[in-house]
Amino acid sequence: MTGSQTYRLPDGRWQKAEIVFWLLPIVVYFVASDYLLLASQIFIVGLFALSLDLILGYAGIVSLGHAAFFGVGAYTAGLLASHGWGEPLSGLLLGGIVAALVGWVASFMVVRGRDLTQLMVTLGIGLMLFEAANKAAFITGGVDGLSGMAMDKVLGIFEFDLYGKVAYWYSLAVLFVVFLVVRRTVYSPFGLGLRGLHYGPKRMPAIGASVYRRQVVVFTVGAGVAGIAGALLAQTTQFVGLDSLSFHRSAELMIMLVLGGTGRLYGGLVGAAIFMVAQNYLADLNPVYWQFWIGLLLVLVVMFAHGGVLGGLAALRQRRTKEATK
Amino acid sequence: MKQIRSLLLGVVAVGFAALVHAAEPIKVGLLTPYSGPFADMGRLIDAGVKAYVKAHGDTVAGRKIEVITRDTTGPAPEVGKRLAQELVVRDQVDFLMVGGFTPETLTAGTVASAAKKPLLVVNASSSNITDKIPYGVRYSFSFRQITQPLGAWAAKNGIRRMMTLVSDYGPGIDCENAFKDGFTSNGGTIVESVRTPLKSPEFGPFIQKVKDAKPEALFVWVPSGDQALNVVKTYYERGLDKAGIRLVILGDDIDEPVFNALGDKVKGLVTSLHYSTAHPTAENKKFLKAFAEVTGNAIQPTFMSVAAYDGMAAIYEAVKRQNGDLADGAKTLDILANLQFESPRGKIVIDPKTRDVVQAVYIRRVEPHNGRLENVEFETIPDVKP
Repeated sequence: MTGSQTYRLPDGRWQKAEIVFWLLPIVVYFVASDYLLLASQIFIVGLFALSLDLILGYAGIVSLGHAAFFGVGAYTAGLLASHGWGEPLSGLLLGGIVAALVGWVASFMVVRGRDLTQLMVTLGIGLMLFEAANKAAFITGGVDGLSGMAMDKVLGIFEFDLYGKVAYWYSLAVLFVVFLVVRRTVYSPFGLGLRGLHYGPKRMPAIGASVYRRQVVVFTVGAGVAGIAGALLAQTTQFVGLDSLSFHRSAELMIMLVLGGTGRLYGGLVGAAIFMVAQNYLADLNPVYWQFWIGLLLVLVVMFAHGGVLGGLAALRQRRTKEATK
Repeated sequence: MKQIRSLLLGVVAVGFAALVHAAEPIKVGLLTPYSGPFADMGRLIDAGVKAYVKAHGDTVAGRKIEVITRDTTGPAPEVGKRLAQELVVRDQVDFLMVGGFTPETLTAGTVASAAKKPLLVVNASSSNITDKIPYGVRYSFSFRQITQPLGAWAAKNGIRRMMTLVSDYGPGIDCENAFKDGFTSNGGTIVESVRTPLKSPEFGPFIQKVKDAKPEALFVWVPSGDQALNVVKTYYERGLDKAGIRLVILGDDIDEPVFNALGDKVKGLVTSLHYSTAHPTAENKKFLKAFAEVTGNAIQPTFMSVAAYDGMAAIYEAVKRQNGDLADGAKTLDILANLQFESPRGKIVIDPKTRDVVQAVYIRRVEPHNGRLENVEFETIPDVKP
């Protein structure tokens, strides 16, 4: 998968590019103030992609049903808010916890198999939850969705507004905090262990590391983060629909992550941003044919930029430094 | 002197305001699925809007009407909310028109209500949707509205024992209940209710079950398109018509694709709906002509196109009555919620209390008409509440 990549020990120091990356949203807020809702949805989907990256890009668990946990988080936050518990932060936390619990239970089925089995099991879990939510229309609202969510002010001060300003900062703050935790995790010895699982699943037991336990933990954490993303979307949209559990959402997420680059922390964020900005721009130009251009973009990236956009950039940089040292 | 001057100033100001209005077009934001599995729906709705503009010109009360289209991609609540917000905040639309499913209609509705911009519901068909959208007015229909009269008709025409077969999700269950309601309250009995899975069902076993139970008739509703075609096909393949089990089906399931695939087989099938292309009025002829012009005869209009057409009619009327000045959203909403006019489907009335559409529902039979098969209306149930 990454034949030419050099393996390094984890290096948790912040690089310049990262700092620039995290300053971008502040610029966006002032430059593109008409696009705040789009931006906040990019943060949320980026967070969701980050959770998939954790289990796919780092631990190598293939999942086509990751939306299951996103949906569980969304419905948890949605049900809390529509039954009078409108406090956003606790709703977010509970969404994450419930999704992590579901993920923990599911993980025992998922980590038993290898690639294709994992694919099927995750797909199955996703479809089952979707159908369950459809059947349980008296709780979830079925296809009509869960409406009537009344959200309190964030921290008791900021009320969700029409322009999406509060949704913007709220989503960004949650994304950043969760990102810090995930970043710390992947640069820890545990994170290194995950990479080990990915690249040498047969050798890990030989050095005395339990593959099974690590996979269960990372799958649970991934599900929890997906749940937080789902809860965040539910709170900022003030609506939860069946689509939050749909296969379509899992598949689109996979596309974004591959587009951005797996196993790179920022891959999901960049992929989500490129995908959603491109979709928004192309669909504004012509609402009928935008999918063609997205498809073309994906094919080009997969053909010419190994490891997604970030992988392509890294390869370019490597070539440049090689030429410079010659 | 002073008075005259202020009067003059006033006149100039009004004239100037009118001039500014004249320069600025009235913007309508149209949200509908243009891509993905529901793109056909978007096509029908989009063409309905275009047909109205074609037939009535693009200028009302001196102001040009500009329609801004956005793709919802399907039942996607957050996309609906985002697009509605962008249309309101960035494009500064005067009206939102949503031709999609209930979820995105509701989320766009929260935006519309917060911004005090009227929202026209031209497709979503679950009951009481306008309760949840304070600035929403519905010009389409509800499933309850078109199904209940069909149940009543079946019972009144001598059918006693029936089974129902619907798709196992919200709208399907709505239909099942509404049909049951109309049928049993007129003396009929539902022997059994069958529900089929929402995604890619195989209808064979379900239809066989109906055949074995031998009711007098079977009521069916599944999502229109492939599923509708399949269920009707299976009904004939398994010989239920020959076994004397009549098919009574909701009108949105029986249109061009079914006629094209099954032809004369479906002749005589009884359905109910609020619109048929065979509706014999001048208003409908005008609509059909304009629709054929904008689509180049490539597609046949359905009730979805008519709802979009009527939505535009309502917008034109609201603009006309306020002489092009839409500054007061509440007033515009009030006009929209008090309209009644002759639509291609017949007369429609908006109930100002519920902001929902009251209209006639027709019982129709598939017959040759104008040289092809059409749903020809033979019984009218007037003023059906949603």
